Amino acid sequence: MIKGRTASCWTLAGLAAAAMSLPAHAQTPAPAAAPVKLGIVSFLSGPAASPFGLPGRNGAEIVIEALNAGTAPAPYNKVGFGGTKIEAKYVDEAGSAANVVTDFRNLVQRDQVDAVVGYISSGNCLAVTPVAEELKALTVFYDCGTPRIFEEKARAYVFRPSPHATMDSVGAARYLIAKKKNLTSFSGINQNYAWGQDSWRDFIGAMKVLAPKAEADKILFPKLFAGEFGAEVSTLLTSKSQAVHTSFWNGDLEGFIYQQQARGLDKRMTIIATTGESSIWRLRDKMPDGTIIGGRGPHGPLAPDNAFNKWFSKIYTDRYNVPPTYPSYQMAQSLLGLKLAYEKAATGTAKPTTDQIAAAFKGLVFTGPSGEIKMVLGDGHQGIQETAYGTYRFNKAKKEPEIIDVMRFPAECVNPPPGIDADKWIEGGMKGAKC
Amino acid sequence: MQAGAQWVGGLLLLVAAAAAPFLPNWVVSLATIAFANALVVLGLVVLWRVGLVSFGQALYYCIGAYAVALMGRWIGFTDAIALVLLGGIVAGLTAAGIGFLLARYREIFFAMLSLALSMILYGVLVKTESLGSTDGFSVLTPTFFGYAPHGAQLSRALYWLTLAIDAIAALFVGLYFRSVAGALAAPIRDNEIRVEFLGVSVTSIIHTKVVIAGVLGGLGGALAAMTIGHVDPAMAYWTTSGGFVFVTVLAGSGYVAAAFIGSLVFEVVRSFAVDVMPQLWQMTLGSVLLLTILFLPEGLGSLVSRLKRRVMKPGTAP
Repeated sequence: MIKGRTASCWTLAGLAAAAMSLPAHAQTPAPAAAPVKLGIVSFLSGPAASPFGLPGRNGAEIVIEALNAGTAPAPYNKVGFGGTKIEAKYVDEAGSAANVVTDFRNLVQRDQVDAVVGYISSGNCLAVTPVAEELKALTVFYDCGTPRIFEEKARAYVFRPSPHATMDSVGAARYLIAKKKNLTSFSGINQNYAWGQDSWRDFIGAMKVLAPKAEADKILFPKLFAGEFGAEVSTLLTSKSQAVHTSFWNGDLEGFIYQQQARGLDKRMTIIATTGESSIWRLRDKMPDGTIIGGRGPHGPLAPDNAFNKWFSKIYTDRYNVPPTYPSYQMAQSLLGLKLAYEKAATGTAKPTTDQIAAAFKGLVFTGPSGEIKMVLGDGHQGIQETAYGTYRFNKAKKEPEIIDVMRFPAECVNPPPGIDADKWIEGGMKGAKC
Repeated sequence: MQAGAQWVGGLLLLVAAAAAPFLPNWVVSLATIAFANALVVLGLVVLWRVGLVSFGQALYYCIGAYAVALMGRWIGFTDAIALVLLGGIVAGLTAAGIGFLLARYREIFFAMLSLALSMILYGVLVKTESLGSTDGFSVLTPTFFGYAPHGAQLSRALYWLTLAIDAIAALFVGLYFRSVAGALAAPIRDNEIRVEFLGVSVTSIIHTKVVIAGVLGGLGGALAAMTIGHVDPAMAYWTTSGGFVFVTVLAGSGYVAAAFIGSLVFEVVRSFAVDVMPQLWQMTLGSVLLLTILFLPEGLGSLVSRLKRRVMKPGTAP
């Protein structure tokens, strides 16, 4: 009686295990004509999906389509990767670290992808990195910002062409000081989680170096996705600060902008929104004129006027009826960097090995829709590029958001030099910055 | 007959362990996470038998995981077996402490209070920037009495360790269910006052169950931390607790084995839902739970009792 019960339980488990193992056993070594398989991981559900996850995923879709059709501008005009078509598999990043790591293993070991491109959450990037190294799986992070990934340890198979988040805060501080020469006081409102804490730490650190006389007044850390900032707006209204720094995004950014507008905070102090670019197409005329806008690099309206940008923003806008925002650009430059590394590593028609691609990717310099990227940090695994900040204005005649007064900062001006941790660089007075 | 069940269970466990070298690595690591989480679910089953649902079991899961990770971070200690035991002990001690408070509450009050306690830990960890806040930090690669495996061997070693801990936990929880204190679960659920009149302290029985569930949660968290290789405060977040309750509903409280099967089924369904429907996987999981509640209100475990009835008494009405 008991035997029957337990036995059928285990039969069920056995069947499940057998079903899972089937595809793996059916695998045969890939012939040269087999497509290049890419796993694309991005938030497809949850709060980070609409501002970052889906623009990132759409950026991947449109770029891969163009690459497979061979319609991208030179030097990206070879079909797919080195003449081999790309086959993409999209996976949701939402879920616990356990889910994310399990899905990563599934992509690499079950689906046998040639590379994984993705990840927005810094926590997920940190969780995936050791697994990628252990499995020797080529992994390209496209959006996550923490500098810890390449500072904690040297990595062999993990790459990130998009610069880390230190650049965003240092760029914001440099722009603010350039525009407000006699700044005496500034405040900050950031979400109480790693991104908000890190953004503020880098910003206040950079301000201490660049404007030692300016004082940090109100330092506010409302909880993530609080949505309601009445008390914080009241606190800020009592401050004499000329500027308030925020790394809010999506719902919190929109909530804060709406709620402060009713009480005129933006008339009292300039808002510096370091990720503001990802929300301008939704906020439109609700975003106050004069807000300082960043986009985690020279992306979107801040992007340089080059052929790659014209091509990318056109194919993206034609398909999705909305201009690409910074996550789309970050995805595009990650894929284009990987493509160049792949083609540099390929000899003849055979697929290059993961080690060959990694060796070619290391230290690569290339130009994409957002300008030049130099893989110089983290032993050639972490990219730097210039950044840009600007001031927001809603063009009433054209009924379109505009970013004016754009200032560009060279890559070496806002990124630490190789061999020094980002926070130590800021603490030490940002030595070696070339502006 | 009871002893027979244990022999069969043990034998099947050996089969599961022996299958490891023939399974692809990703299946082994998926099963390890499922079987580690199953320990937390087993703890919830213990509580569920007295009619208590904890929406804060992630507290012990997170404590177990952070105990492992912090030992590595602070003193570089990596012995897997000692770390798992440590995770269980630290979580058990926490449960023993807060049990004095929790054991007095029932129903929604128990659920909400346990939820509040886990969210306190979450809040503290989020504010601790030195531990990486919400980003968390990585766990050192575990070793086994000085033996330091890598790659597929490490996955297998952790899988076997998880199976061994599962076997011991299942054995003890099975024994506990058959003990007097365990057998009193249903009477307590039905009428506490009557049980008190038997001369038994209901509070202390529930306190014991809170501690058992806490130890199991800590063991599960410690094993999960080593398998994932990373810990973050989301391990204490209420959605993590909700996930465990989900699996408990899926599994049902009838059998010890159901916790393990339920957890494995959940991981497999989740993994395949993500694979097949990347944008609708949550809906798939929700549908599975809804169908389970509609057609198997007693959980997956009741499939077995239905089958058993049909086999044992053909033709007779249940």
